[in-house]
Amino acid sequence: MKTPNTVYFFATCLVDLLYPAAGLAGMQLLRRAGIDVLFPQGQTCCGQPAFNSGYRPQALGVARAQLACFPRDIPVVVPSGSCAGMLKHQWPELFAGDQDEARALALSKRTYELTEFLVDVVDLRLTDLGEPTKIAIHTSCSARREMGVADRIQSLVAQLENVEVAVQDRQAECCGFGGTFAVKQADVSGAMVQDKTDALRATGAQRVISQDCGCLVNIGGAFEKQGNGPITQHVAEFLWQRTEAIHAESL
Amino acid sequence: MNQTQAFHHRIDAALHNDQLRHNFRAALTGIMARRAEQFPDDGQLQALREQARQVRANSLVGQPDLLERLEEKLIANGIQVHWAESPEQANAIIQEILAAAAAKTVVKGKSMVSEETGLNDYLERHGIEVIESDLGEYIIQLAKEPPSHIVAPAIHKNRREVAELFRQFHPEIPYTEDIDELTQSARAILRGKFANADAGISGVNFAVAETGTLCLVENEGNGRLSTTAPRLHIAITGVEKVVEKLSDVPPLLEILTKSATGQPITTYFNMISRPRQPGELDGPEAVHLVLLDNGRSRIRIDEELLETLRCIRCGACINHCPVYVQLGGHAYGTVYPGPIGLALEPQRIGLDKAGTLTSACTLCGACGEVCPVKIPLPKLINRLRAESVQAHHSTTPLAGRGSLRKPGEAAVWRLWQQLNSHPRLYRLFTLAATRLRWLTPGRLGGWTRYRSAPRPAARSLRELARREGFADE
Amino acid sequence: MNDARQNILSRLRANRVQATTVPAVYAKPLGWDHERRIAEFTRCMQAVRGEVHRIARSDWVDWINREMSARGLRQPLVGRSTIAEQFAAGAAAGFKLTRYDRPIEAWKTDLFEQIDFSVTGTVAGLAETGTLVLWPDTDEPRLMSLVPPLHIAILEADRLYENFPALIQAQDWASGMPTNALLISGPSKTADIEQTLAFGIHGPKALITLIVE
Repeated sequence: MKTPNTVYFFATCLVDLLYPAAGLAGMQLLRRAGIDVLFPQGQTCCGQPAFNSGYRPQALGVARAQLACFPRDIPVVVPSGSCAGMLKHQWPELFAGDQDEARALALSKRTYELTEFLVDVVDLRLTDLGEPTKIAIHTSCSARREMGVADRIQSLVAQLENVEVAVQDRQAECCGFGGTFAVKQADVSGAMVQDKTDALRATGAQRVISQDCGCLVNIGGAFEKQGNGPITQHVAEFLWQRTEAIHAESL
Repeated sequence: MNQTQAFHHRIDAALHNDQLRHNFRAALTGIMARRAEQFPDDGQLQALREQARQVRANSLVGQPDLLERLEEKLIANGIQVHWAESPEQANAIIQEILAAAAAKTVVKGKSMVSEETGLNDYLERHGIEVIESDLGEYIIQLAKEPPSHIVAPAIHKNRREVAELFRQFHPEIPYTEDIDELTQSARAILRGKFANADAGISGVNFAVAETGTLCLVENEGNGRLSTTAPRLHIAITGVEKVVEKLSDVPPLLEILTKSATGQPITTYFNMISRPRQPGELDGPEAVHLVLLDNGRSRIRIDEELLETLRCIRCGACINHCPVYVQLGGHAYGTVYPGPIGLALEPQRIGLDKAGTLTSACTLCGACGEVCPVKIPLPKLINRLRAESVQAHHSTTPLAGRGSLRKPGEAAVWRLWQQLNSHPRLYRLFTLAATRLRWLTPGRLGGWTRYRSAPRPAARSLRELARREGFADE
Repeated sequence: MNDARQNILSRLRANRVQATTVPAVYAKPLGWDHERRIAEFTRCMQAVRGEVHRIARSDWVDWINREMSARGLRQPLVGRSTIAEQFAAGAAAGFKLTRYDRPIEAWKTDLFEQIDFSVTGTVAGLAETGTLVLWPDTDEPRLMSLVPPLHIAILEADRLYENFPALIQAQDWASGMPTNALLISGPSKTADIEQTLAFGIHGPKALITLIVE
């Protein structure tokens, strides 16, 4: 696909409220690559929390409200693996037989996870301006298995010559977030994130980056509670900071 | 105690058992690595999965006809066929066969279907001695526990725990924690049982309609002994295990053993088509097959749910489940644990009895990725969540539909819908959340037992986007 | 129990599902020649602690005489097959040869306790998985390859097929199955304690394949 002039940015709820810097960095990376980024102010949520809790009519209602926000036939870039996965792989099921099925499918087809878009469509080139550092990558389960884009974050980071990537034990294992799982099965989730943070700490990485804010809120929250953990950061913010030293301070 | 409370009770016990969790982590890490070694080429793996999926899907479509063909062929081969709708019926059938043959002692090969029916307890109540002969099954029979894994039933026990059981039940054998020596002890104990048992009971991995053949997959030889040494053999299996043709078997066998234990093939693949024939010097004089339904024929509501029954019981989904590794199999409280348990048990025994199992899943997708017959397990689990909180209660087509719906929870999701479908309302909400972030509660139930509470940013992205000049349209 | 049968079948029929694609017959041609088949068979069998030896057709009885004597094993079991007759004709004088010529019920205890090793033929071998294929019959009963602590299997080199699908197709197994067909890939084993491999749990502790040609 030829790099488009204009894209939509669908930040989704978690980024909007908890990780706005990550969302903004994603939009700036796109803008720096010469792409006009539209941020529809009416957007809210992809519907996933309700969908994964069994409340499909409510998920459908929220998903339907998004359709009007992204009317033009241009790519929709989503800075989160699980939200992108929701649009791309669950919306067709959610909208099956619905009056808006065709519109939903059309939107679904032009949805990209952010790193997927940066690598596959933009072919983004990065120059590392940062100090030498060691990081670990937590690819979210949605990015890895549902979207199949785990290697995109790796290839973007591989362009940064001062960044050493440490690989944690059981890298492909879920961190235990799972949306409402972390509430309904709080203790199991707690045990899982303990194993995940143990494995990440063992690498000696100063920073953990991910394509998914759900994983970050889980892993980052656990590190904060435990104390003295590595910094957790969304990949977009990390890439932006490493390649735009001046802007980094304002973030 | 309702099913949810009971489940949390078992989860709590499991999470506080460090030895148990260590045993599971150690065992599953090894199994996953061995499976991966069997599939160096992803293209070949995907082709084999697709072939296996088609074989199983095809056999489910033709299931009633295939079962009739299987029965006809088995009878022509001299194997007697029995049908059971319920565990009670199956147990009674088996007990009657044993009684008619005056059989007092039984050696059993591994059979998860017999766990569904509680066969051992039933037979023991009827005065029959039942010896589990698979090493793992023997260990848990001594411990009086159910299997914690469908392929490796004693996976939760380490060598010291096994040694302790042997000391307790066989004080005549010198104590050892050496795995080879423990294995030889078990061989010595069980040989006598095989030589003297009146009957053997086994499961079935595939039942081939075309030839009337019962196929058993195993490594130990106990399955072969159970089905060859005694004069009577009774096999029990679920009605979904039928396949159409003999040529359907090789792809299933290959992907089963590679997925289950990371072996290119097991030590034994045992294909039984007849009882002992005139002139033959061993093998059972009578062979019976009990076909058990036990809720399976209900799982044909639609094609999505039917996919559950493609399962060939390899356990790969269980081995790769990040929740199972924390809990082990007993915490689930059902015959089948792990992802396949989450998908199968609520359908088989009802959402009102087992629907809460579906909460034990992050939808991470690891199970669906490794399933040899491509059962979309995360999708099924999520579908069952939806069925269990349906607004309208009903017992058909899925038992216990809507039984887990709670008014409070439903109201929260309706509120959530309102908030997220009305941009103006949502904007007000984010404005409040960011401006009043100091009001964010520091304690959020279970979440903050393990993590800090998430805190809204000072400015939402929609505000930053506007400030940085990103247009709305 | 006819009710159960009817109930199950009618529930299955009531909920008919649409036909899906009919799976193609699974074939996995590997293009392995004679030597490659022997090499792959040997490698796989050895990987699960099976012993494999290539021997001239005229020498296998002597090999067993020599090797088993050296290992102190003197109580062989044979059936009534051609293999059995060949072995009986040339068996070492020090062996106490047992014939499987009575129904199992007549001598079960002796079979379980008095035999050192058995010698059987095979109907085929599978190169890809290192597998012996047996069709036990009146002359070589089922328990011969299972109860003795050591099983020696004679495999004709030209009966090595690439894999299981190739075998059942070439020999047209679907047209008629024997009472019992067996694939045997190594000695009996278990990993039920700590996922650690241990050999000789219920079946033979050792398996020797003599590839003769």
